[in-house]
Amino acid sequence: MTKSPMLRVAGLAVAYGGIRAIKGIDFEIYGGETVTLIGANGAGKTTTLRAITGLVPPVAGSIHLNGRDITGATSFSLVRQGLAMVPEGRGVFPQLTVSENVAMGAYIRDDKAEIARDVERVFSLFPRLRERAQQSAGTLSGGEQQMLAIGRALMSRPKLLLLDEPSMGLAPVIVQKVFAVIESIARDGVTILLVEQNANLALRTSDRAYVLESGLITIAGKSADLLSDPKVRAAYLGE
Amino acid sequence: METFLQQLFNGLTLGAVYAVVALGYTMVYGIIQLINFAHGEVVMIGAMVAFTIITLLANSGLPPVAIVLIGTSCAIPVCMIVGYALERIAYRPLRNAPRLAPLITAIGMSIVLQHVAMMVWSRNNLAFPQIIKTETYDIAGASVTNIQIVIVILCLVLMGGLLWLVHRTRLGISMRATAQNPRVAGLMGVNINREIAITFAIGAALGAVAGVMVGSYYGIAHYQMGALLGLKAFCAAVLGGIGNVPGAMVGGLLLGVIEALGAGYIGDLTDLCAVPWLFAGLAARCAAGEHISLFGSNYQDVFAFLVLIAVLVLRPSGLLGERVGDRA
Repeated sequence: MTKSPMLRVAGLAVAYGGIRAIKGIDFEIYGGETVTLIGANGAGKTTTLRAITGLVPPVAGSIHLNGRDITGATSFSLVRQGLAMVPEGRGVFPQLTVSENVAMGAYIRDDKAEIARDVERVFSLFPRLRERAQQSAGTLSGGEQQMLAIGRALMSRPKLLLLDEPSMGLAPVIVQKVFAVIESIARDGVTILLVEQNANLALRTSDRAYVLESGLITIAGKSADLLSDPKVRAAYLGE
Repeated sequence: METFLQQLFNGLTLGAVYAVVALGYTMVYGIIQLINFAHGEVVMIGAMVAFTIITLLANSGLPPVAIVLIGTSCAIPVCMIVGYALERIAYRPLRNAPRLAPLITAIGMSIVLQHVAMMVWSRNNLAFPQIIKTETYDIAGASVTNIQIVIVILCLVLMGGLLWLVHRTRLGISMRATAQNPRVAGLMGVNINREIAITFAIGAALGAVAGVMVGSYYGIAHYQMGALLGLKAFCAAVLGGIGNVPGAMVGGLLLGVIEALGAGYIGDLTDLCAVPWLFAGLAARCAAGEHISLFGSNYQDVFAFLVLIAVLVLRPSGLLGERVGDRA
């Protein structure tokens, strides 16, 4: 690929109270790609996302989004640059209604007619949410909350969508549904960074993958290649 | 029955004011889980500013209502600035500190504000000029003044306006979202610091109006008036469920009524003549027509705190407060 990456992470290091959770990692994501970051619990996947979204300041390295340096930027400024995130554990606003949650996703937008159209799109993508539009989000099931979190993130019309463990805590049937939606979002041209513990599913859904181990990237390559890599299969696919 | 009705009206007036002040506590608590103990002082400053303006204009020939309105509209921006400054100077630097630190700072700020007010307005009781003629109406034997009626209506309008703001506007939805999960609200593009500052400013504006109402109801402003009023409004917020906006409204009204009825009946309830055998000579004095009560209506302040204790013991989350688990 000759064009410049949408997201470029270079030499990124993050520490929590002196302990380095990320020890200098490099990766990039090009427009239109679905890239996955897999690794065991505690490998630093969520920390990487938190650094990209400005929730923890990196101690070293840089993050560029569409060529602009966003290292240490405040999280609220990133949405306006086309970045949206579905946080780990969904992060819906439990006492807001489903509709209000969806509306929060469009917080930065002013084009009412277009917003209404996007609400319609989210509800047709997730019909369950339409049925429960006036219910508070805290009363939804885990799967429904995940749908809501994804729908809400789409409302900002992101160019780059970060998904943190979308399969966590969901029944296998629901996980299948969620991943089908992620694939359809990718087909619509949204660039996706998918962080997952479910390596099998993540590799099948993505174009390229990085394996994170104890704060370092140890393997990088095409997802299809990683799926057949014996080392990956042994460590992450349970074989 | 007359006492009951009379105290009910008085209680509703007082309670409406408590409710408006309690909103300031509960909104701030809802968004950053901080008890802003300086809020009572913000209310006091509202009363003081209005006092100054109303005194200045008292002989200007303007219609009295206009003078009070001008006084209030000067008090509101001053209080909003004070509220914003409190957040900016005293609380924001401690946002990630242990919870005790901002609480102590809040108490410190309340002392600072009291003493600044003392230096500006003196330590005397300041008498509000009685520019609005008090008219008294008789309702089933109880008397109600025009000022009481205006206070209750105004408070209801303010509460209705706030509910509309919080539930029907984009600002309100983003404020609630910030209260529930600031990190995720930030990811949606909400500037958390701005939301928090706005919350303080709105609470302070409500406090300013409450200050003017208290000042004109009692006809007096004093640099320490905010302390007890603030504590009672805080009790009202806890009674309704701290962090819950409708809860503060219900809690305030209820507390005002409890307090007024308590003050009205405490003499009868602690009437020693009901137990004439208690000590020698009591029966004789009661027979002579003397009224001997253990407590008088000067004990009315006790009720707010009895309510606070009862709530904390019996239902710590308050009347409308959500169960703690729902916040996760």
